[in-house]
Amino acid sequence: MADLTLAGLTKRYGEVTVLSGIDLEIRAGELIVFVGPSGCGKSTLLRMIAGLERISSGDLIIDGLRVNDMPPAQRGIAMVFQSYALYPHMTVRQNMEFALKIAKKPRAEITAAVEKAARILQLTPYLDRLPKALSGGQRQRVAIGRAIVRDPKVYLFDEPLSNLDAALRVATRIEIAQLKEAMPGRTMIYVTHDQVEAMTLASRIVVLANGGIAQVGTPLALYERPESEFVAQFIGSPQMNLLAGKVVETGARTRVQLEAGGTACSTVPTAPADLGLAVNIGVRPEDLTLTEGPGLFTGTVEIVEALGEVTLLYFGRAPGAGQIIAKLPGGHADLRHARVTLTTAPEKVHLFHAGQSLLYR
Amino acid sequence: MEALILAGGTILAGVFACTAWFWGANLALDLICPARGPQAGRNILRANMVRPWLFIGPAVLFLGLYLVYPVLKSTLMSFQDASGARFVGLANYRWLAGDAKFREAILNNFLWLLVVPATATFIGLVAAQITDRIRWGKFAKSMIFMPMAISFVGAGVIWKFIYDFRAEGLAQIGLLNAFWVWLGHSPQTWLTLPFWNNFLLMAVLIWIQTGFAMVILSAALRGIPEETVEAAILDGANPWQLFFRIKVPQIWGTIAVVWTTITITVLKVFDIVFVMTNGEWGTQVLANMMYNWMFRGAPDYGRGSAIALVIMALVTPMMIWNIRAARRETG
Repeated sequence: MADLTLAGLTKRYGEVTVLSGIDLEIRAGELIVFVGPSGCGKSTLLRMIAGLERISSGDLIIDGLRVNDMPPAQRGIAMVFQSYALYPHMTVRQNMEFALKIAKKPRAEITAAVEKAARILQLTPYLDRLPKALSGGQRQRVAIGRAIVRDPKVYLFDEPLSNLDAALRVATRIEIAQLKEAMPGRTMIYVTHDQVEAMTLASRIVVLANGGIAQVGTPLALYERPESEFVAQFIGSPQMNLLAGKVVETGARTRVQLEAGGTACSTVPTAPADLGLAVNIGVRPEDLTLTEGPGLFTGTVEIVEALGEVTLLYFGRAPGAGQIIAKLPGGHADLRHARVTLTTAPEKVHLFHAGQSLLYR
Repeated sequence: MEALILAGGTILAGVFACTAWFWGANLALDLICPARGPQAGRNILRANMVRPWLFIGPAVLFLGLYLVYPVLKSTLMSFQDASGARFVGLANYRWLAGDAKFREAILNNFLWLLVVPATATFIGLVAAQITDRIRWGKFAKSMIFMPMAISFVGAGVIWKFIYDFRAEGLAQIGLLNAFWVWLGHSPQTWLTLPFWNNFLLMAVLIWIQTGFAMVILSAALRGIPEETVEAAILDGANPWQLFFRIKVPQIWGTIAVVWTTITITVLKVFDIVFVMTNGEWGTQVLANMMYNWMFRGAPDYGRGSAIALVIMALVTPMMIWNIRAARRETG
């Protein structure tokens, strides 16, 4: 059981500030995922929690105890590295034993812990092998096993699936989810740049960008109510469509005249003073449908990707918009080069301050 | 001055001769087998078969002349008498087996073998680890590496001064005696102290070889994946455990290569002993003994060659193992 409090955590390398003022409360038993584009500082934040990076300023509190200056091994954490970081000269068993041996645990206890972890991770037949004789997936399981035997209060995962191939990644992801199920009291912090991992594993996601937290919330909250254009486009695949326009009607329902030609109606309420305001509307590709009548957007389909369960339509760039993508359920007749009109339900239309990237409400 | 001009001239002439050979032979081959005309295809094939031999030919020739031939000739001579006039069978080897000085040399070589590679490798390893951590590490590294650039003879002369002796009451110019006298003892003729003088000679080779060990091991230490070190820190390893249980085992192959390389140098050690004691006062080693029999006083080519072959027999297995290990290291 461990609650973590990050209070104003800041990391500076000389003049460069990598992370500034990170505030976050993590409750015991949560699986928190740090997600963000490369260079956003998510791994640095994890390494600060682990104790591998010094904290420039701010407080890191685990279970009410400030641990800024506590050696990593005493913080009650274990970490799984992207590169597995197995000790190449030790067998699987020795790898898993190492921390317990260092801690001078009794022999019987060590053996029991290692064999239990090996059973959970199906590593029993490989206990006497060296890491080089294992596949990538097995190596990563050993790395997880090395964390399990220590029975830490907090598990840290640093992009643990990035070095695995696609099929193995899905399988190992599910194993990690099962591991979490089996240990409901343990806190886990997981760093990834893969939003599918974030969405499937997290109890809450922390989106990091530009050295700060962009948004914190449950996966569905981030998906349904992104608070900025950045989060809106980072969560969801393909990313959310953004179209620029002007507010032409305010009230409980807001109408926006789009630069690309169509009009959008949103259930986001606006005040009379907002009339004429420049906004960006955001619509997820999967919320778009084809329509015969007037709609949000009319354009020519450039590329069709028929995936069976869904069909992706790619349109060319329209004025005041990036590439527009629609994701339609099921198969469709060949729509390539067809001119079609898209529409959506008003409650699916997000409004953002143009440029400021803030949710307009 | 004359010697310098001669040396410079020799180098220039050598480089010129090599260039002339490689360039000229290549040109001649292209003239004999031109890559044109009706026979172009056949000519190119032929030229490609000949060309490698033109390039490695000189090397093969000189290796044969200066390496293979001497080995064969030495083997032959070790079965002959002092002047190489008649065969004496195994007499030289029988003499070796019974000779007290030879036993001393073997024993001393064994002592060198025990002390020098281990000490040089260990100090080199520790130096590699420490110099990577401290701010003036780069400077320390170059100072430790510097002796590598000094010839063994030069090093021997330098250290002879360090061990120098002046009668009591005179100013001691030897560093060791100066220190010893400062401590309140009377000056010693260090190099004549039986048994211990061996270690004073070994200090010279350790001084030279530590730099080599440090440079190679420093590179190996840097090659260790940083994550394994971080994982061990998280596992609670202290710096000591980190070094000996995580880092050293990962570079064990490199340590072995460094160790055996120094071992080979030690087996052949000659210059240091020659310059400093010439094998007197119980410091004889195989290579110096061979030199004495071969070239000093009334030379005995038979006995000298027999000692040479003993050295070769000792070095060869080390050499083979070393090359294999080095190949494994570089993959």
